[in-house]
Amino acid sequence: MNRFNYLRPGNLDEAVHALAADPAARVIAGGTNLIDLMKYNVERPQSLVDVTRIAGLSTIEETDGGGLRIGALVPNTGVAYDPRIEERYPLLSSAILAGATPQLRNAASTGGNLNQRTRCYYFYDAGTPCNKREPGTGCPAIDGVNRIHAILGQSEHCIATHPSDMCVALAALEAVVHVTGPGGARTIPMAEYHRLPGDRPEIDTTLAQGEIVTGVELPADAKGFATNYTYLKLRDRLSYAFALVSVAAALDIDGGTVRRARIVLGGVAHKPWRRPDAENLLAGKPAGSDTFAAAANLLLEGAKGYEHNAFKIELARKAIVRALAQAAASTPQSQVDKRIR
Amino acid sequence: MNESPMTASSDALDVTVVLNGETRQLKVQPWTTVLDLLRLDLGLTGTKKGCDHGQCGACTVLIDGQRVNSCLQLAVMQDGREITTIEGLARDGQLHAMQQSFVEHDAFQCGYCTPGQIMSAIALIQEGRARTRDEIREYMSGNICRCGAYPNIVDAIEDVLAQSGANQREAAE
Amino acid sequence: MLKNDPHIGSPRNRVDGPSKVTGTAKYAAEFEAPDLAYGYVVSSSVARGRISRIDAGDAEAVPGVLKVFTHENRPRTAWFSHNYQDEVAPPGKPFRPLYDNEIQYSGQPVALVVADDFETARYAASLVRVDYEAEPHETDLRVVRAKAYVPPKKRSGITPPPKPRGDAMKAYSEAPVRIWGEYAIATEHHNPMEPHATTVVWQGDGKITVHDKIQGALNTQGYVANVFGLSKDDVRVISPFIGGAFGSGLRPQYQLFLAVMAALDLERSVRVELTRDQMFTFVHRPETINTVGLGANPDGTLLALKHEAVAVTSRFEDYQEVVVNWSSLLYHADNVELTYKIAQVDTYTPGDMRAPGAPLGTFAVESAMDELAYATGIDPVQLRLRNYTERDENENKAYTSKELRACYQVGAERFGWSKRSAEPRSMREGRELIGWGMATGVWEAQMNKTSARAVLTIDGKLEVATATADIGTGTYTILTQIGADALGLPMENVTALLADSALPKSPVEGGSWTAASAGTAVDAACRIVREQLLAYAQKMDGSPLADAMIDQVTFTNGSMVLTADPSRSVTLVAAMKAGGVDRIEAQETVSPSKINQQSYSAYTHSAVFAEVRVDEELGVVRVTRIVNAVAAGRILNPKTARSQILGGVVWGISMALHEETFTDHNLGRFMNHNFAEYHVPVNADIHDIDVIFVDEHDDKASPIGVKGLGEIGIVGTAAAVANAIYHATGKRIRDLPITIDKILAAQE
Repeated sequence: MNRFNYLRPGNLDEAVHALAADPAARVIAGGTNLIDLMKYNVERPQSLVDVTRIAGLSTIEETDGGGLRIGALVPNTGVAYDPRIEERYPLLSSAILAGATPQLRNAASTGGNLNQRTRCYYFYDAGTPCNKREPGTGCPAIDGVNRIHAILGQSEHCIATHPSDMCVALAALEAVVHVTGPGGARTIPMAEYHRLPGDRPEIDTTLAQGEIVTGVELPADAKGFATNYTYLKLRDRLSYAFALVSVAAALDIDGGTVRRARIVLGGVAHKPWRRPDAENLLAGKPAGSDTFAAAANLLLEGAKGYEHNAFKIELARKAIVRALAQAAASTPQSQVDKRIR
Repeated sequence: MNESPMTASSDALDVTVVLNGETRQLKVQPWTTVLDLLRLDLGLTGTKKGCDHGQCGACTVLIDGQRVNSCLQLAVMQDGREITTIEGLARDGQLHAMQQSFVEHDAFQCGYCTPGQIMSAIALIQEGRARTRDEIREYMSGNICRCGAYPNIVDAIEDVLAQSGANQREAAE
Repeated sequence: MLKNDPHIGSPRNRVDGPSKVTGTAKYAAEFEAPDLAYGYVVSSSVARGRISRIDAGDAEAVPGVLKVFTHENRPRTAWFSHNYQDEVAPPGKPFRPLYDNEIQYSGQPVALVVADDFETARYAASLVRVDYEAEPHETDLRVVRAKAYVPPKKRSGITPPPKPRGDAMKAYSEAPVRIWGEYAIATEHHNPMEPHATTVVWQGDGKITVHDKIQGALNTQGYVANVFGLSKDDVRVISPFIGGAFGSGLRPQYQLFLAVMAALDLERSVRVELTRDQMFTFVHRPETINTVGLGANPDGTLLALKHEAVAVTSRFEDYQEVVVNWSSLLYHADNVELTYKIAQVDTYTPGDMRAPGAPLGTFAVESAMDELAYATGIDPVQLRLRNYTERDENENKAYTSKELRACYQVGAERFGWSKRSAEPRSMREGRELIGWGMATGVWEAQMNKTSARAVLTIDGKLEVATATADIGTGTYTILTQIGADALGLPMENVTALLADSALPKSPVEGGSWTAASAGTAVDAACRIVREQLLAYAQKMDGSPLADAMIDQVTFTNGSMVLTADPSRSVTLVAAMKAGGVDRIEAQETVSPSKINQQSYSAYTHSAVFAEVRVDEELGVVRVTRIVNAVAAGRILNPKTARSQILGGVVWGISMALHEETFTDHNLGRFMNHNFAEYHVPVNADIHDIDVIFVDEHDDKASPIGVKGLGEIGIVGTAAAVANAIYHATGKRIRDLPITIDKILAAQE
């Protein structure tokens, strides 16, 4: 871990100012990913801006529009077990509880979860090349060990995936990220918050220099997904492992007919993977496996596998259909009972 | 602290914590983790370093009553917080019920993950979300035991859970 | 008659339990020393080549850095590689850290940064710049397999495959039923929870005390003395607690070398603790490919048994383990051909990892036997009974005992095996296919020459001591039980001392031999104390035991009692007073019986039954039930014994489903070098495990009737799980670990 300047701003303005002044500064809240990466010498910030003492970012509030706004500092545990989230956005609770461990969820913040970095072996290993860690050095994963890598949206420069479970649910719920920066506050829809690697794999999000995540807003109209939903996560052991493939599925069903659908994949791309056209395939149709398979095919259109991860394409196809069936039957996947429903 | 002007330092900082019930004023470097503070600076080696990256749970402590991986917490960020480690459990030489249950059920072998398991198990009971063995297993999955004592760990926790349930019923009656 | 309530054979809590649950048990990196300096290792990023330049200037400039050690400024150490050979080294030239600029494997230590504090050392280590001239490397077993060879020099203690019997290939080709398959097991890393660490305490005058993560204090002591040219008197090794090792602590590892080197050079106490990543830079279970051919009659009688294994080793040592011999030990065939070969790759030397070799070979043969069961339509248990061996046909010896039949029977009963529907894919519940599979486990029951000391003091306290280690296996506890029973004392009055080079000699803790060896030694030392006590008692005027022989006396409740007439007794304290002593000390060295070894083979056995549930569509596997019936001679402590088997079974499940170190062959580097991506089971992966110890009387494997338990639990378990997966899905997967992708890809 490198030496750094530790800053503890008392308010948001100070924090934004400190960040904007130093491109090599990083925000720290829960620390569960940043400290991890600093010990691997992957992150080497000049300054750490400790935002945990900033007031007003640690609560979950009702919005005027009937949604909820989760403060950036609310820990993952606090979100998952908030009775309002459990009742109105259970998909989010379920996704969070599918990830990490009680210890990590207690520490990890909502803002930090949005900004967590890939688990790519090469990104984490400073003894190897990696375009995301050191632009221009190459991507050994493409011809190397790529079991946990992307099958969608990759570039020739990077095939890393975004590791979050929470973000997959947030994308499905069309959450909106609130940020504040030198230019003031703005909002970013989840679909635009994370980016694909392209030729700049070192950039994970559309957050601008000096901007800080202040919260995440869950729209009121996502409440329709509180009955027919699931978060299905497939991994190499039954807990405490990142997803090979995960599926957030939510259906707004009216008398057996799907009104709206949301399907988002985790573990397969540089961002939560969503295609509204695949969701639209389900709209207006009865909730059945034929349409589910068609939606899966569309969602996986253009999928490309490598030596060790090609299996993810078929796995994802099956997982999507299964998740939609779980959602349609209103039998969400338990994150405790490991039998897949 | 909240009202004070922005703290900025690359030197050691003053931090006050309540450690195992005792108020401690400490000077810590910004890059010192709670785990290294405990093990290296304070000689509290009961909290273990198994991976130093939040991937094993051996370093689990309670901070303000919540279980966390102390390897991923900077000491400098703990000002005003309450930290409980394995050393803070036994009272007057009497083992905590969870410690005793781990001994009775042989819920460890090499013992290296054990303090973390016990801290995690105590938190699990306080959290009140685990009732079944499946639930204990899932909510104890943040603590790896390479010796493979898992079935005994679940037995040990189930036993304490049953005792605490019995105590609660008694209190309610 | 006097009724005695022995500790041996009774479930007893671990005597080191309280220190472990309170966190007071001290492991290698937890010993304090005044003015302790901290070393942090810099590791190579290439697999083969040379260091062309190493620049430690920036690191040395960091305040608090004491020195950066590299091959360029390394203090003088032993020149010859044979000085680096330790007690259990395989043939070859052991790795010499910081020896010269040659890189032999990725992750090799290339520098040690020593500083006043840990964080400074860690930070400065990130500033050391190393340039390499890389040379072509090879790490892929499938590429070097063609160059595999039979190790020309045998590793001590490792029995090579027996000579062929009959003509296996001919018998195979003519057999009515034939099974042929290739069975592979991935590279695995031990990954004990405690990272390898050494604290060297500088005592002045060139004397050091070493707290090392080692399974044998004497191995570390000998290594340090040889490598650094020290007298053994100047090197004391004390390692009372080992946070797991599973074989990774058998050989002294490089952090020991580096810590001692720095301490001697700086004349200061130094600690070097490896990171979890660095736990992947020395020792691993070798990737192994088995080829098994079985030829049989339609009734399942084996006619031909061929088993070949090819495993990796390093370029500098010929690591060897027993992989194939188990097949013809378990099953009779007139025609047998076993081969074991190794092939060199550019990694560190593999090493012993829990039951070295046995789970690899038994996975292969027990999978093949399962295939034969389906091919012949014979129940897998029946098939094994049909080919059961009554003698060790590899060495043509009788067994000291073999209750494997009972293991099959009791295990099958407990599991409910008779309710199994034989057809694959014939049991299901909802979307899950249910599979029941079984396999056999076997491991050598060994005993090694060991010394122990017993000291009884006038306060009625007994101390028993030997240099071996307790790596979590329960050695402290069983030695306490043995001492307590020998002298009729409560366990609270007995203290076991271990893991100190100053204690009586013992080999490294491993191979499941420690209970039999150290247990016998402690028992023997205590017997001398008993005799001395009786002699003193008989000195008393009108001694109630005046004419008693030692075997007519029972030691119980702090007294010697005439067994036939309990009214006649003398307390131990009274006897010591009569003898005019306040302590009795005895030391004894025990060795296995040569006669028994020449005439008998000693093995532990097990029958493992597994239930899996596999999601038919998604390939997710859950191991929901395991019954493991073990025949291991006398069980000293059913509680800690059960834990040994539980642990072994968890390892077997792990081998079956989880563990795999991925190698990037382009880089020649292990890539998933952390606990997030190197998967071992978590609590959620492990369900009920039922352990049964079948009665097995053995008076030849060791004088105390013990056969050992550390390894047997893993052997056979992976095969039982794989066989259960076949039964569930109809998919035979011959490549461990069995992950989702393999299940989806496999054909029924």
